[in-house]
Amino acid sequence: MTTLLTEEHRAWIGHEDPPTQVEVSRRDIIKYSIATEQLQEKFLRGDEAPPMFIFNLFGALRPISELRHDGLGRGQNAGPRMPLPRVMAGGMALQTQRPIRPGDVLTGTNRIVDMYEKSGAQGPLIFTVRELRVTDAKGEPVLVETQTSISR
Amino acid sequence: MPTTSRIAEVQVGDALPERAHTPTNVSLFLYNAAVWNPHRIHYDETYTIQVEQHPGIVIDGPLQGDWLAQCVTNWLGDSGVLVRFQYSNRRATHLGDTLTSGGHITAVDATQQLVNVELFVKNAAGEITSPGSATVRLNA
Repeated sequence: MTTLLTEEHRAWIGHEDPPTQVEVSRRDIIKYSIATEQLQEKFLRGDEAPPMFIFNLFGALRPISELRHDGLGRGQNAGPRMPLPRVMAGGMALQTQRPIRPGDVLTGTNRIVDMYEKSGAQGPLIFTVRELRVTDAKGEPVLVETQTSISR
Repeated sequence: MPTTSRIAEVQVGDALPERAHTPTNVSLFLYNAAVWNPHRIHYDETYTIQVEQHPGIVIDGPLQGDWLAQCVTNWLGDSGVLVRFQYSNRRATHLGDTLTSGGHITAVDATQQLVNVELFVKNAAGEITSPGSATVRLNA
């Protein structure tokens, strides 16, 4: 198989972004719960966030002038420029210590843990795996999210 | 809201309730606004088809991940906590599709009060678009 990933790409494995902080509001939990058609009152009232509320919670907030033609931000996540331009979500794994609640001040640290290639039905695919460790204001662990993005 | 039985009353093979999901332009807009995702494949049909060459507006993979998580949390109710959850996106799905989420119990550890479940989102043809799995700890 043709190798698209170079040593320069692989050198990013292990790269860790500076930690970022997010304040969780009840209103944001309610918005998410409505948008995902949650059924449980604790989510719809915003007392507790559904597990997948974590998705993109620590995503970069870029000015519109920095968004590309596809709508995504330049340098949305730290990492090398990929030889394949289109990105899609590949999947996620979560290990949770406790649910996210309104008022939480969370710190997230993102790290690139793996990069690999596969050949798909329509051509080569590059998988980038990032691990996000989330702690609360007391430094207690809240969850670890492992997310895979696919460049195609 | 249905809640799960106690650990002694669940067994391998038990099915989790299935649920049909038919996203609309409005629900996809709200979802992408809520998760701050400006990728045009989720709201700009002309761009999606002509530039990224999808057959139609793409239903977000993480939204299907949410349905899988909901399959577990709705079944679990207040009877325990989610310990581990994972899913992957295997097939693209598009606006207009009706998808079904569901799952079943694959393991029960009565000593530690842990239950493993396997999860799916499937399309109308019965093909699994997003498989997943989870572990929950039931209340004693």
